[in-house]
Amino acid sequence: MHRLRDLPPATRYAAYALIALALTALPFLVEAVLGRTWVRIIDVALLFIMLALGLNVVVGYAGLLDLGYVAFFAVGAYAYALLASPHFGVHWPFFALLPLGALVACVFGVLLGAPTLRLRGDYLAIVTLGFGEIIRIFLNNLNRPVNITNGPLGITLIDPLRIGDLSLARSYELLGLTVAPVHSYYYVFLAAAAFSIFVSLRLEDSRIGRAWIAIREDEVAAKAMGINTRDVKLLAFAMGATFGGVSGGLFASFQGFVSPESFTLLDSIMILCMVVLGGMGHVPGVVLGALLLTALPEALRYVAPLQQEFLGRVVIDPSDLRMLLFGLALVLMMLFRPAGLWPSRVRKREFASG
Amino acid sequence: MSALLEARGVCMRFGGLDALSDVWLAIERGVIYGLIGPNGAGKTTFFNVLTGLYEPSAGEVLFEERRLSGCKPHQVAEAGIARTFQNIRLFANMTALENVMVGRHVRTKGGVLGAVFRDARTRAEEADITRRARELLDYVGIGRHAHALAKNLSYGDQRRLEIARALATEPRLLALDEPAAGMNATETAELRGLMERIRADGVTLLLIEHDVKLVMGLCDRVAVLDYGKRICEGVPAEVQCNPAVIEAYLGGHVG
Repeated sequence: MHRLRDLPPATRYAAYALIALALTALPFLVEAVLGRTWVRIIDVALLFIMLALGLNVVVGYAGLLDLGYVAFFAVGAYAYALLASPHFGVHWPFFALLPLGALVACVFGVLLGAPTLRLRGDYLAIVTLGFGEIIRIFLNNLNRPVNITNGPLGITLIDPLRIGDLSLARSYELLGLTVAPVHSYYYVFLAAAAFSIFVSLRLEDSRIGRAWIAIREDEVAAKAMGINTRDVKLLAFAMGATFGGVSGGLFASFQGFVSPESFTLLDSIMILCMVVLGGMGHVPGVVLGALLLTALPEALRYVAPLQQEFLGRVVIDPSDLRMLLFGLALVLMMLFRPAGLWPSRVRKREFASG
Repeated sequence: MSALLEARGVCMRFGGLDALSDVWLAIERGVIYGLIGPNGAGKTTFFNVLTGLYEPSAGEVLFEERRLSGCKPHQVAEAGIARTFQNIRLFANMTALENVMVGRHVRTKGGVLGAVFRDARTRAEEADITRRARELLDYVGIGRHAHALAKNLSYGDQRRLEIARALATEPRLLALDEPAAGMNATETAELRGLMERIRADGVTLLLIEHDVKLVMGLCDRVAVLDYGKRICEGVPAEVQCNPAVIEAYLGGHVG
């Protein structure tokens, strides 16, 4: 990433073109080699990249440990689901709903941020954890006395993304290729993830980004230097939540179904792990973390058939194995690469010199 | 013209402890003002009241005839008071240059939209922030370390960086909390030159310092705090001979 910028312009543009081409061809190549399931997994990974980048603003830049981040994902998803499904019989277009979902999540971000401004570290983590659970439990129970969220049953038949007559839920024939919904969504998500990366990088290298990092480094000094820590922290919560809200809206349209089950504490922790494992505060690291932690659990599914083949029976259930290996990976990471898999230069030095 | 900074009967109580009681000070524009006193006399507490970290239990602080007490630290910085800390508080994992750039925060405006879209105004502002930050690093004499992490700088350079960062907020009063602590004679002499230059450039300095030689040689006026009370105020020569000051420093009457 850093090297690319130093290349002469012609080579650089050629490299960009190659990357763009590879990313365009990716879903079809993956489908040919690994099957359509994996295209779907890549779609989900792209959503998680957005989520991880959003959380990275709060945790990585501003240093505010947030354990309830999935709540914003939920808010975005339900905002979309409620206004684009037969549940209320409302069918707003996505280009209105995505910004709305972002806005609603942003408001929730500020709502969470405001009472927690004085808290840091463990205390903040506990309050945000509670907030995440509150949102989930509300979604689970808001079906009585007035049915708003349809409770644990969730909301079904959510409208897919649609531009005019072009619905992403249908397959198309293009140049002899079958463009299935998973492919179409891939391009939408890729664009959204790319935009998130762009926004993250720009924010990091800006007056606001420096203020966030200053707060992470020393809040008292940041105040004394004239940073309004209240506003700047709220901004971090709001920006992070916005990423989550957009991502949630896309998720709802992609799945066609949302229920409170998709937004548990474990999901929050998973997103946090993506940020921490990848490299807190470092965009390429966070992207890598999101990709790995989405793909690895899926890859472990193949362990069951392998056991069947070689041992004659399934000795270890893949889902158990997943958590086991996941825990092991975390422990090893913290021991050998405490700054993350792909830390920023600064973070690496930070851990190296204690 | 009235004083740049006035403390009127400032009291600061922590439970049963009077960290400051009825402190009156007036600092004229363009001076280097020394605040001295034994350990625990309330000097740093006074700084914290002044810069909005504490709200005084009684009394008020006026800066350019504006009431400061009750202002938040960032409002104090905006009003034109910048400070350094006794135990250096830099943004350790940011580079020296970035530390100073953070100091420009309060005098700049760029928001989220500007950061994302980098319009002409934001680009100009960023370029200006970087340019000013570099100038200030050169001004305090650590320009060659611009891209070193703050925590990797030598102790003396960290002190200088703190001063550069404070100057980036364009203060009219610069409050330095023991800037020469832990410095050797050469470093202290250099620091003294820097402080005189800062004053010559129109910034008033308020200085907490233990190095009596430095204070007496550099300051135009000195106030002495002991047990939270202002026991003496005047030009250095007066203060040096004041019996109360001698008693505070040496404990009881000598001879």
